[in-house]
Amino acid sequence: MENALELRGIVKTYGELRANDGVDLVVKWGQVHALLGENGAGKSTLMNVVYGLTSADAGEILFDGKPVTIHAPQDAIALGIGMVHQHFMLIPPLTVAENIILGHEITKPRGWIDVEGAAKAVSELSSRYGLDVPSRARVQELSVGVQQRVEILKALYRGARLLILDEPTAVLTPQETKGLFEIVGNLIQAGNAVIFITHKLAEVIEIADQITVMRRGKVVDSTTPKESNQADLARMMVGRPVLLRVEKQPAKPGDVRLKVEDLVVTDDRRQVAVGGVSLEVRAGEIVGIAGVEGNGQNELVEAISGLRTAKEGRVFIGGRDFTRRSTRLRLREGLSVIPADRHKEGIILELPIADNLVLEDYDRNPFARWIVRQLKAVAEYAARLIKQFDIRASGPTAAAGSLSGGNQQKVVVARELGTEPMVLVACQPTRGIDVGSIEFIHQQIVAQRDKGLAVLLVSSELDEVLSLSDRIAVIYRGRIVAVVDGAGADRDRIGLLMAGGAAA
Amino acid sequence: MSRLWAHVPAWVINALIIPVVSVVLGFLVAAIAVVATGADPTLAYLYLFQGAFTNTNAFAETLVSSVPYMFLGLGVALGFRAGLFNIGAEGQFYIGALAGVFVAYSVHGLPAIVEVPLALLAAIAAGFLYAGIAGFLKAQTGAHEVITTIMLNYVAFLIANYLVTTPGLMLDPHAHGLIRTPYIDANAVLPIIFPGSRLHLGFLLALLAIPAVWFLINRTTVGFRLRAVGYNAGASKAAGISVARTTVLAMGISGALAATAGIVQMLGIQHDMTAAVASGYGFDAIAVALLARSNPWGILPAALLFGALHNGASFMQLQTTPQVSSDLISIVQASVIAFVAAPEIIRWLLRLRRHQVAAVAITQREGAAPHA
Repeated sequence: MENALELRGIVKTYGELRANDGVDLVVKWGQVHALLGENGAGKSTLMNVVYGLTSADAGEILFDGKPVTIHAPQDAIALGIGMVHQHFMLIPPLTVAENIILGHEITKPRGWIDVEGAAKAVSELSSRYGLDVPSRARVQELSVGVQQRVEILKALYRGARLLILDEPTAVLTPQETKGLFEIVGNLIQAGNAVIFITHKLAEVIEIADQITVMRRGKVVDSTTPKESNQADLARMMVGRPVLLRVEKQPAKPGDVRLKVEDLVVTDDRRQVAVGGVSLEVRAGEIVGIAGVEGNGQNELVEAISGLRTAKEGRVFIGGRDFTRRSTRLRLREGLSVIPADRHKEGIILELPIADNLVLEDYDRNPFARWIVRQLKAVAEYAARLIKQFDIRASGPTAAAGSLSGGNQQKVVVARELGTEPMVLVACQPTRGIDVGSIEFIHQQIVAQRDKGLAVLLVSSELDEVLSLSDRIAVIYRGRIVAVVDGAGADRDRIGLLMAGGAAA
Repeated sequence: MSRLWAHVPAWVINALIIPVVSVVLGFLVAAIAVVATGADPTLAYLYLFQGAFTNTNAFAETLVSSVPYMFLGLGVALGFRAGLFNIGAEGQFYIGALAGVFVAYSVHGLPAIVEVPLALLAAIAAGFLYAGIAGFLKAQTGAHEVITTIMLNYVAFLIANYLVTTPGLMLDPHAHGLIRTPYIDANAVLPIIFPGSRLHLGFLLALLAIPAVWFLINRTTVGFRLRAVGYNAGASKAAGISVARTTVLAMGISGALAATAGIVQMLGIQHDMTAAVASGYGFDAIAVALLARSNPWGILPAALLFGALHNGASFMQLQTTPQVSSDLISIVQASVIAFVAAPEIIRWLLRLRRHQVAAVAITQREGAAPHA
């Protein structure tokens, strides 16, 4: 088989950090090549080099056997390289066809855009690879899975023969993932090549023809699904054997630390989102809330943290009524929250890691005296947490935005656990991050539980809820429809309850 | 940024290269305008430079002109750091001048060490409260500060006009028909610090204000809160910071600095207030803050540049034949700002994140949270 892409000795440094340290890679036509690695391993940097989003300090790129220089995405597109980013680059109010032809418009005489012709071309391409995208629909009306297919179509429309998919399944439901894999299969059948960036091991085994594992800027291994299993891959990625399941002792629940009583919370449109929820979390136990996203979890958490005022009901933290108290007072009482959306609510990308770590305590002793910040104390504290929580960064003064997603999440977790809180509300604590970071964060949460922390875990990943929780509450349409014991909980039954099945 | 800048730290590009290049380009663009009128741009700039610097009095006058730019620039820059676009500096300048002048002509016989601070405090309080209105409206109703501060400018002009022109209010009954307030008390006048010139104590105060504002923004909890909210209000709120209170406070401090410019100008130069003090300083201050990239230290060179332009312009107009109008400096200023601010204003209005080129490549891609 011919080589689609060959990389030789790619080096890319950012200051001290060697994001790519002499990377060699060969991708063949007609193959799915999985690029596997932890956050910060250098996968995305490598692909940004290939796609012309950044330029390598050293190294060679060969495309279709010929040496090429790629300075900008236009160069990559002209060669036949397409990339689908994790965050879609689409214009929601425009139609699928308009989005796809944007920048490559077909015009009729006098400069009119040939909308009909574009829609037809898009439909043809769509059906050839089984993409099934409605070319006249507006992008904003489409589900995330279909939007992703629009992105794939866009790349194909521009003549992509080598398609780079950056963490394509992070945003997809299991059904959508299945659909994506079929499309990838069709592309490969037609002789194209696909580079699949991921850290999900099961997917790699399922879809890849060839697997390259990266760690800390280097290729550490190259294998195939036949020769390896998930545990092997995890070990290569992280550099040591990884526990794919959390090991924990039975819980020893103590006093009630968090209690909500008949809580009614409305959403932004003033519709009831939480319809009378009561629950208790005791010291030393993890209570998981299982549910499909959008069933009132966010509103429940916001009512607990004080970001949203409860319409009815009460919130107790450490036995005291905090229903009408501010977020600040609740945090001071010993509540910690890991928010679901780390970029919106968890972290300030522009500020240094150290400042992010004291975001809630910046004005307290020892981090401030009167109104003067004590930067030395902040830096020392930050250095300690960076070490304790294994945050991979050049130092406490590095901007949080310069970290990988998993390390950003570790910053949030470090801040929330570093204060030794009484109650932790963890929302999607491992969303979109790599195996190594997930394992680490899970271990931290369990370790704190063993020290007496009361944990409310909210996650749409059922596996996460099942593996961590001592008790599981299933939420459906703003109500707790069942509470079951964590040990030996029946996955299928919980799945059914999450979907509104009446088997309670 | 092109490949050329790949090895230059981002802060150097932001804080030094963009402003300096903008200034050079601004002068070049204005030179084209001079050529178009048939005059010699080299001569025009030579006289501009002479008028601003080449004898001690000219230099002192340049420093005098830079004083209001410093205070106002600091005020606008502080607003920027909190994510607020304070276009109301001009109005806050008036309100500060009004309140301070009122105190300064009402007091008599107190020592200067008491009278001057009293007038300053009155101005600061008035500016804080006046700008705080826009902050409050934003915090409570979401009204955009760009709109409210522009509107409050007109309110300030009209309040000033009303108070100064109405007998029985601030109009001086002994002014022989002139429309002005009474003169301020002799002890409220800011002393001259360079004999033979108009360079007054306000210049030193402005020089002190720069490290003070820098310290406030970068080393205090107030400044931290302000920056946190400016960067990411959602995360600040989740961390227990009151976004509403911070907004009002930031707007207030920004207004207090603008008001200080107003009263310092009155106590140092003008000594009374007329209905038509219309300075335009407040709007130029936005340019100063942008040129300084919202960095308090950057305010010093930016304010000096604007002070020099302001001061050298009339000498240039006098000396050049064919005459080059002093309006040339408006073209210089406007083009400088067009170059420095085009990306900046757009970023502000669209509230885009400022990502460094390098940062994007290693962060945003890998494993970031999917957007719901």
